[in-house]
Amino acid sequence: MYLQIMEQIRHRIAIGDWQPGQEIPSIRALAVAVKVSVITVKRAYLELEREGVIVTRQGRGSFVSDTVDLGKSLRNQMLDEHLAAAADIGRELGFTPEELEVRLRALTTREQDEQ
Amino acid sequence: MSECVVEFNGVNKAYRFFELRDVNLRLEAGQIMGLVGPNGAGKSTTIRILMALVQQDGGTVRVLGHSMPDDQAAAKRGVGFVSEDMGLYGGETLAWHMHFIARVYPSWDPDYARLLQRRFNLRPEQPIKGLSHGERVKAALLLVLARRPRLLVLDEPTTGLDPVARHEILNELMEVLSDERRAVLFSSHHTQDVEQISDQITFMDRGRIIDSSDKETFLERWRRIQLDVPTGIVLPMLPGVIDVQTDGRLAVATTNAYAPGLDAAYVRAGAVVREVQRMTLEEIFVANVMSSRKEVA
Repeated sequence: MYLQIMEQIRHRIAIGDWQPGQEIPSIRALAVAVKVSVITVKRAYLELEREGVIVTRQGRGSFVSDTVDLGKSLRNQMLDEHLAAAADIGRELGFTPEELEVRLRALTTREQDEQ
Repeated sequence: MSECVVEFNGVNKAYRFFELRDVNLRLEAGQIMGLVGPNGAGKSTTIRILMALVQQDGGTVRVLGHSMPDDQAAAKRGVGFVSEDMGLYGGETLAWHMHFIARVYPSWDPDYARLLQRRFNLRPEQPIKGLSHGERVKAALLLVLARRPRLLVLDEPTTGLDPVARHEILNELMEVLSDERRAVLFSSHHTQDVEQISDQITFMDRGRIIDSSDKETFLERWRRIQLDVPTGIVLPMLPGVIDVQTDGRLAVATTNAYAPGLDAAYVRAGAVVREVQRMTLEEIFVANVMSSRKEVA
């Protein structure tokens, strides 16, 4: 369950809702806001601290880490998860990496045409 | 160390056909505890002892620092209790009940009561007997919440409610926890409710506590391991594995003490680990009850 909360927080940082250096809600406040137990949010904060995504300063609260390209590397990480899954499926279906590239490009341009 | 709001030490209670045995519980301020168990597990008996509605045969119970049942009058000022037979007067209206409770309890918060009445969509002028089951539960909950008690004790608050009413009630319970001096203890067989909002989970079955810990530890400890077992390979008995189901070459091992070393041990024995799955609280609950019954048998 804490994994879902970690994902939500990464997402907020990746899309820029929470900026580097910005103070984030206390564990209890976020728990009440998203209606999930305090212990789940606490666990998510601990893991994100370990990953260096957020920092907690004793008695002052928790902040998004100052690391500059955090948003970008998180965006990469989120995209990579989906691409890795697509790559796995492609391999199972017998596509070569080159064919996958072509498929991806075709789909990207089609989406743009539709917009 | 946080302040202890509820404490049970070695509590026993024997009835002719049911026995509560050696119940130990601790609930700290700022936390929600979910008491989970099948029907007849002893959840309601535990709650009735907590509320001094029933006296234990042995063991000690402390609620908000007061010894139960001796000091119950002092303890109950700080406790809000909602049970199935909610104790509402059918002929009277919600407004009448609110007025009544406000006179008895100085901590009554009329603004919060009005806010809850709007959030729960209740009409104060309607007699209780005309309310649906869900409305009745919400009315009873409003009457205790607006007193802002330090400890909320709820016996099966979500049983028989539609998903919307359940959602409204769980939201209000979370709201209580924005004050870290307060605590909630609720019983349920809706593992979904417990999974979402509980910090501490206590599983009961047949009058005993079979497991109790914080929720994340629970979810972390239990795993299902899907294995391919080549012909001729016999799976070893590994510590922490409480159940192995085999079907041809496929096997599923369930563990309540997962560590990555477990996969390696199966690989060393010649099996192929296909997947290690997390379990939902419902799956953990059922596996836990079945394995504890196996031990007793």
